[in-house]
Amino acid sequence: MRIYLDHNATTPLRDEVVDAMVAVLRHGYGNPSSSHREGAAARRRVDDAREQVAEALGAAPGEITFTAGATEANNAVLQALCAEPDRGRHLVTTRAEHPSVLEPAAYLETRGFEVTWLPVDAEGLLDPQAVAAAVREDTALVSVLWANNETGVVQPMEAIAQLVKERGALLHVDATQAVGKWPVDVGRVPVDLLACSAHKLNGPKGVGCLFARQDVAVPPLLRGGPQEKGLRGGTENTSGVAGFGAACELARRELPERMERYAALRDRLWEGIRAKVSGVRRNGSAANCLPNTLNVELADTAGEVLLQALDLEGVAASAGAACHSGSITPSHVLSAMGRTPDEARGSLRLSVGHGVDEMQIDRAIELLAELVPRVRGAGVE
Amino acid sequence: MKPEGRVLVAMSGGVDSSVAAALVVEAGCEAVGVTLHLAGSTSRCCSLEDVDDARRVADALGIPFYVANQTERFRHEIIEAFADDYLRGRTPIPCVTCNKRFKFDILMERARAFGAVAVASGHFARIDTDPETGLFRLRRAVDANKDQTYFLYQLDQAQLARTWFPLGELTKDEVRARARALGLATADKPESQEICFVPDGDYAAVVEAVRPEARNRPGEIVDEAGRVLGRHRGVHRFTVGQRKGLGVAGDRRLYVIRIDAAEGQVVVGPEKELGAAGAILEGVCWISGRAPESPVRARVRVRYRHEGAPAWIEPTPGRRARVVFDEPVRAVSPGQAAVFDRGDDVLGGGVIAASFS
Repeated sequence: MRIYLDHNATTPLRDEVVDAMVAVLRHGYGNPSSSHREGAAARRRVDDAREQVAEALGAAPGEITFTAGATEANNAVLQALCAEPDRGRHLVTTRAEHPSVLEPAAYLETRGFEVTWLPVDAEGLLDPQAVAAAVREDTALVSVLWANNETGVVQPMEAIAQLVKERGALLHVDATQAVGKWPVDVGRVPVDLLACSAHKLNGPKGVGCLFARQDVAVPPLLRGGPQEKGLRGGTENTSGVAGFGAACELARRELPERMERYAALRDRLWEGIRAKVSGVRRNGSAANCLPNTLNVELADTAGEVLLQALDLEGVAASAGAACHSGSITPSHVLSAMGRTPDEARGSLRLSVGHGVDEMQIDRAIELLAELVPRVRGAGVE
Repeated sequence: MKPEGRVLVAMSGGVDSSVAAALVVEAGCEAVGVTLHLAGSTSRCCSLEDVDDARRVADALGIPFYVANQTERFRHEIIEAFADDYLRGRTPIPCVTCNKRFKFDILMERARAFGAVAVASGHFARIDTDPETGLFRLRRAVDANKDQTYFLYQLDQAQLARTWFPLGELTKDEVRARARALGLATADKPESQEICFVPDGDYAAVVEAVRPEARNRPGEIVDEAGRVLGRHRGVHRFTVGQRKGLGVAGDRRLYVIRIDAAEGQVVVGPEKELGAAGAILEGVCWISGRAPESPVRARVRVRYRHEGAPAWIEPTPGRRARVVFDEPVRAVSPGQAAVFDRGDDVLGGGVIAASFS
């Protein structure tokens, strides 16, 4: 039996999503740009999905542009928007962003942009006042991650958005981890731009969207055909879009129940670990956290080894350090929170989701209680 | 010896360890493949491509597969030590330390974490138990050409007890044949002979990349009488026994006899001066776990693929030993390993600190 506790990496597809996709793959092969009936049918499917996605985000359908995922949307916003000649050449972002914002921002820095890298506190939280204070006359964009993929820490986005708006700057939010696990309502939280990916909420990989408020002029993300109102050329990923729509509809309907259920599983996991494993502490604010995410630091434990040992026994999780071209680099998120490289290397991310039950959680606790001492002991003869 | 239960298999991405993994699976053990990622992208061996090869073989065998990333530690403990040894006038053999500290120490640790009872590898060597003492013995491989015990003399009894060399009874040809029969992706991969992080044999370039100060340490080439015959661009460019590339005009039959790193001198002389009557060893390991109390007779190999020369080995305090050869042995290079054999049994070995005539 596999116990999948890595729902922040990606999620299994829900049956409803697969059904929606298969229907398109089998019968809806038309090109939405074509004027014949096959095209019109495909067009309707894309329009329906746009409504489903818009509704889940509290947006209007016209504000949704489908992309190949959040990485594309984040890149497009930072690179295309920041390259507009009439905008300023200053960018505000944080030290705890996802790489799909971090890397484009660092790239812009090499192209003459000035970037203000905002710190997070030891809990992983931003100070909304500090975000607003970083805004200048020439600020082209403020880009903030709503919920952190590694720690699950949720930023006080309503306050941030309100303050940034008062300062007159444009706010882009990467909401990839938030959508489907946290209330995301652009009607209530005045963000200007927002990116997300379908595969984090039980949808397919390779599809996501960019929300751009009606009054925000976005340059084309990909120049090409007239698809997506000319904002994103290329024939639509119709089956992916249909799956994304179905996943958003499920998320919208189930959100309160989902949040409660995930939190119960996550809390059970944390209580169990705390009771049965010594030398553990939680990374990130517990009070401001996605309901499904638990990031724990295990003292004197090689995260890479623990991850592999867990996998052998049937548990899929992920570590606070990743292998980048061969060497183990401690997580930049945990580093930004003031964790030492060793603390980051001993950190484990467990994220629950659809299909996880209490029995699996209890088994995972048992395994951790058995494996952590074994991994710790492995270092000494 | 075939263990019972879960076995960690060291998979390098080469043909030998691929077949070793297949044999572990065939034997009915629960195999877990692990590749050590050591030398990083600068190297041909242990590179990400080799990791991919190993992963493909593990997939084909249907076994779990993981990567153990140790590039930082490898750089520090192996590559830097290698450069420093050259700058001390030695000719290091990094594979010995790598096998001990990385292939076995680290994989044993991981095996323990995985609940595995043994580590299997594709080394050509054998392990058995001495019927009299019950101690584990390290024995030369059946394929004398491929025998790799030269690199394994540092394994201790606890490690030998949990190590399995499935290829020890096979020849290289048999291994390739097995790989082809199994349809392994790595069956016809070329042999890796060089030191993995010195892909094109350019030792000096590696030394200078790791220790840039080596570029500015020229010195003299002298004969045994101290007469200056020429100049050189750094002692790390020389090895005892070397004849080519001395840059000394005239006599082409001069060899490097000795390297005096402190003085920056490379001492050259005729071939007869290359013969060493004996050597002083340090870091000596005995497979039995205990140094003998009196001098022992053995054949001593002073480099990989050396057939060995009869000698007396006298253990001295501080894990050292004094080796006296029956006949002078050519080109005994400080930094290389000296490994003691009695028949197929490997008794132990050490690092050559100095030779004497």
